[in-house]
Amino acid sequence: MENKVNREIPDQILNDYKYEGFKTTDFGNPEIQRVAPKVTAQVGPSKVVESVKKVVSETLKDGMTISFHHHFREGDFVFNMVMREIIDAGYKDLTLAPSSLTNVMNDIVVEAIQKGVVTNITSSGMRGSLGDAVSHGALKNPVIFRSHGGRARAIEEGKVKIDVAFLGVPNADEMGNANGMNGDAAFGSLGYALIDAQYANKVVLLTDSLMPYPNTPASIKQTQVDYVVKVDKVGDPDKIGSGATRFTKDPKELQIAQMVNDVIVHSPYFKQGFSFQTGSGGAALAVTRFLRKAMIENQIKASFALGGITKPTVDLLNEGLVSRIMDVQDFDKGAASSMKNDANQQEIDASWYADPANKGAMVDKLDVAILSALEIDTKFNVNVMSGSDGVIRGAIGGHQDAATAKLTIISAPLVRGRIATIVPDVTTVITPGDSIDVVVTELGIAINPKRKDLIDSLSKVPGLPIFTIEELQQKAEKLVGKAEPLQFTDRVVALAEYRDGSLIDVIKQVKD
Amino acid sequence: MAADERLRRTMMFVPGNNPGLIKDAGIFGVDSIMFDLEDAVNMNEKDSARYLVYEALQTFDYGNAELVVRINGLDTPFYENDIKAMVKAGIDVIRLPKTENADMIHELENLVEAAEKEFGREVGSTHLMAAIESAMGVVNAYEIASASDRMIGIALSAEDYTTDMKTHRYPDGQELLYARNAILHAARAAKIAAFDTVFTNLDDEEGFIRETKLIHQLGFDGKSLINPRQIAPVNKIYAPTQKEILNAQNVMAAIEEAKRKGSGVIAMNGQMVDRPVVLRAERVMMLAKANNLIDAEGNYIGE
Amino acid sequence: MEIKQTAMAGTLESSDLQIVLSQGTKGIEFDLTSDVAKQFGNDIKATIKSVLDAYDIENASVKVVDKGALTPVIKARAITAAQRALDLKDQPNWEVL
Repeated sequence: MENKVNREIPDQILNDYKYEGFKTTDFGNPEIQRVAPKVTAQVGPSKVVESVKKVVSETLKDGMTISFHHHFREGDFVFNMVMREIIDAGYKDLTLAPSSLTNVMNDIVVEAIQKGVVTNITSSGMRGSLGDAVSHGALKNPVIFRSHGGRARAIEEGKVKIDVAFLGVPNADEMGNANGMNGDAAFGSLGYALIDAQYANKVVLLTDSLMPYPNTPASIKQTQVDYVVKVDKVGDPDKIGSGATRFTKDPKELQIAQMVNDVIVHSPYFKQGFSFQTGSGGAALAVTRFLRKAMIENQIKASFALGGITKPTVDLLNEGLVSRIMDVQDFDKGAASSMKNDANQQEIDASWYADPANKGAMVDKLDVAILSALEIDTKFNVNVMSGSDGVIRGAIGGHQDAATAKLTIISAPLVRGRIATIVPDVTTVITPGDSIDVVVTELGIAINPKRKDLIDSLSKVPGLPIFTIEELQQKAEKLVGKAEPLQFTDRVVALAEYRDGSLIDVIKQVKD
Repeated sequence: MAADERLRRTMMFVPGNNPGLIKDAGIFGVDSIMFDLEDAVNMNEKDSARYLVYEALQTFDYGNAELVVRINGLDTPFYENDIKAMVKAGIDVIRLPKTENADMIHELENLVEAAEKEFGREVGSTHLMAAIESAMGVVNAYEIASASDRMIGIALSAEDYTTDMKTHRYPDGQELLYARNAILHAARAAKIAAFDTVFTNLDDEEGFIRETKLIHQLGFDGKSLINPRQIAPVNKIYAPTQKEILNAQNVMAAIEEAKRKGSGVIAMNGQMVDRPVVLRAERVMMLAKANNLIDAEGNYIGE
Repeated sequence: MEIKQTAMAGTLESSDLQIVLSQGTKGIEFDLTSDVAKQFGNDIKATIKSVLDAYDIENASVKVVDKGALTPVIKARAITAAQRALDLKDQPNWEVL
């Protein structure tokens, strides 16, 4: 069938995996039955076990679903430590269900796939050698990609049943009270891992820093934890978050950031108590700096900043320009280290952040979201998953979730090298055009024609170049030329869910 | 003289052998783009740069920017091919480095005219400008500025000039005081544009702004730039004030009024408005529009 | 025309393309490395081929490392390499431009 973003979804996929095609960005008000985990009661006195090996052998069976979080990002030691034991023990047919997969995890996942240890994967995304392997058909079953909100929904609904969650933490006590804020490998918010801690049948904490009981503040609580494993080191502090975030000097990024700022400031949403999400990356950080200046000049304060947090956003909090930070993860050390000192930087879990099957998520109250893109098409559909060669190299992250904001701005250069960013049709639809309002490039902006109100208000801004999305696409094509279409086989290697659990697109094996 | 009234607040150097910078040069809203075949290009790559700039000029969209190329000096083996290639490419302006006297402009003009004829371009369509980089050039500034009808401007190039003067650049710019004023007077007397030299320390934003304010006050049309980041600060300094804009709008209204009445005399508040006032008002309105300080209805929307 | 000497043009910087032209015997033989080979490999070769045709170069080995160069850059680098390979570095062929 063809879904509502005109993607042909093979019927066999819909039947085999019990999916509906994507229909609408409107989740509605369905009644949802959540599931609860199995709990193995115990009274302690201590849950500390001496080795990963022991805890793996006590908890894991062939065919189970295991999970990890990606808060240690490129500095993660836990994932490799646990997967090594699992592979060496010869387990088979596991489903890997981490919140996301970072580059440091690639090699061992590829090994696990090759040895039949892992036969199913669900993740926010993947890159590098792993994305390459999956795109070339290495995995038996299609990967399922979900947004952060979509993952929380799938876990709550029981679509993803985690048997064992292996959660690295920079501190924990003997009973499993832990947070992400203290210790050598502190990363700030534990947002994504909190769902696993709440819903997995077995929760294993791995830490290099055992604290006196009771360890507070406790983001993960002893009521949720089965085992605590003391390890040498959970992560490399230098690679967990980027260091001091440097303000971009790239004139093109600055130009885009300036224009994003112009769009926000001249939109109806830039008013007292507005809320925003900016994400990471050079242009996003520059937007935060421009926005700060505009907020000061117009004496406007934001009620909250949401999502993945960076130091420049924490600076806004400290200056009183933002009242609350609602923090699901921290991208740099500055953001990670400030959470413990400021009650206004609130840790939120992925469900609270972005889950549509909820009694209200933070994204529902979001005014302005600034998001990035690998590709945007003339229907405003966005691809953040497959590269220009058709190979998987991205992550949904909170993209689909934050795009439900009242003003969703995609900031991206018109072209990258010889690759057009604005194209007639994206390779993979991840976020539907219905939820995108404005695209900002270094040459000018395009406004979704559905947003007549924004066209009216932004047309009045002198010096803001406004084009149709088709015009931007043609400018890009004129610059780089017409690309030859990518070649794929018929085999589906990945499924991209929309945040509501419907299927928005499939990714096929690349032909080389 | 070929001088028109276009804005030339910013003239950005773009190294002639750098594809990345050449492709993006048009996106920053700079008034003039100056492709450099001279100092920015290694001796062994003069041919590369020449072809690269040539092809770029054939293809890329540089919007309304005035396109300038700095060719290699008349004392090098490269300038004749530079001139031919750039005239064939249809460049707006050829900039001659190290200009010392009017004869050098005459020689350039002859070669340009020959190239225009060879490649079927309209004779006279290629404009010229001169960079003045020595004491001799400063002393001869007026004869250089007025050497050809094709001349649109002269520019001070301070690095070579200060060396020639047995000094170097200082933060306060005292060493350039005479050269700046001499070049400015020569340009104004010849009714062409005057460009100030580059400011090379990108990290000294304060110094850049101080120097730009100075040359704006002196009366320069604009400044040579080495990075897109320098564009916005220059434009801001050249932006007219609200008072200047309101006054200019009154002058423009008086002109309309005179036209409507069919009167040759423009009057404002009972006083006759003379030509210099009209010219200044037109320039203020042009600057106001370029700086996005008025909306479509002409209302002031600056801060 | 016969290639007189092996010649190189361009750099390995982003948005550039490096081309090495040397003598060949079996027509134009390409060795292309590019991140965008899937989408633009044929176009890159066609652009270079058209330049070589303009110089009447019928036999050449063409080694190309592309870093995302746009067509005018490819063309300029090919012209530079051809001029150099034909020992015409300072005598541009104005007909080809």
